[in-house]
Amino acid sequence: MSGQRYTRTAIALHWLMALLILGLLGVGLTMTALPLSPFKLQVYSWHKWAGVSAFLLVCLRLAWRLGHRPPALPPGMPGWQRHAAHGLHHLLYLLMFAIPLTGWLMSSAKGFQTVWFGVLPLPDLLPRDEALGDLLKRVHAGLNYGLIALLAAHVGAALKHHWIDRDDILVRILPWRGRR
Amino acid sequence: MTRFLPLDIRLALACLPLLAAGGATAAGATYGQVLPERSTLTFVSKQMGVAVDGRFRQFATTLTFDPARPAQGSARFELDMASIDAGSKDANDEVVGKAWFDVRTHPRATFVSSSVKALGGDRYEVAGTLTIKGRALPVTAPFTFRQEGGNAVFAGHFPLRRLDFGIGEGIWSDTSVVANDVQIRFHIVAAPRK
Repeated sequence: MSGQRYTRTAIALHWLMALLILGLLGVGLTMTALPLSPFKLQVYSWHKWAGVSAFLLVCLRLAWRLGHRPPALPPGMPGWQRHAAHGLHHLLYLLMFAIPLTGWLMSSAKGFQTVWFGVLPLPDLLPRDEALGDLLKRVHAGLNYGLIALLAAHVGAALKHHWIDRDDILVRILPWRGRR
Repeated sequence: MTRFLPLDIRLALACLPLLAAGGATAAGATYGQVLPERSTLTFVSKQMGVAVDGRFRQFATTLTFDPARPAQGSARFELDMASIDAGSKDANDEVVGKAWFDVRTHPRATFVSSSVKALGGDRYEVAGTLTIKGRALPVTAPFTFRQEGGNAVFAGHFPLRRLDFGIGEGIWSDTSVVANDVQIRFHIVAAPRK
């Protein structure tokens, strides 16, 4: 047991991002099936605003992370698990950037500009192009299914560490101090 | 230097009648042969504060305009409402329905001018009656006229309030989602009448 915890900033950034991602996934997975209505237009806007927020948050988070080292992994962890953990974290960061970006590009190609909270317009990076918009929609969705798989591995690994390996991997990221 | 200045001005003054004459010759034409493939009728609606471009693919324009006698000008637009592109396939399927344009009952929208007046320079204003979804309302639209390669280009825009015409009724009358104001833009190219 290293007994070292993540800093309060790291914990806040982690859980804020977790909330945003779960909300965005839930809304994103259900909103496309809604019948067209004012509510649907609102939900799409909210999804886009939250997506831009998530993108800004991951920028902030990565900038912070580059200047701070996370606590070390438990000493007894096998090499392949260390590699798997690092690889998984890198992929999660990659998707946290790529998913909002593809959403933004998809909106541009579909001809619906993204205006953050209805106030701050983001430039349209692509001209309106229906075929490209449909392609980007599939890419955006595909990346999200990838994210769901990675999140399952992320949560599964954390629970395995907590209940099977009985180390402090999960507890040290919890906002409250866990007892073991 | 000071000696040259009055000469310059005199030269410029001497050229003025020439310019005016040149303008009059070009302006002498009456335009009326609309080139549909070069003319566009577009609109900008706002959804959740975001501007969305739309257009009509099919519309017929008949007009006559002589810049020397603008008051004699007239224009008539007839829009094929089923040819609307409101920005996405979902939107296109929706806006032909009863709550929006009710295209089955009102397949055409029209604008018929009643007067044209000069505003000075290349600016003019057309007034007339716009009929959408069976509702006729007066509208005025400023426009510019310019000559381009022997043709006339009429370009202008005006706002309309969609709810005045019953466009987007029921749940869609919530203007916080789809704004009431819609900008209509026209860009009409016409050749001289033969």
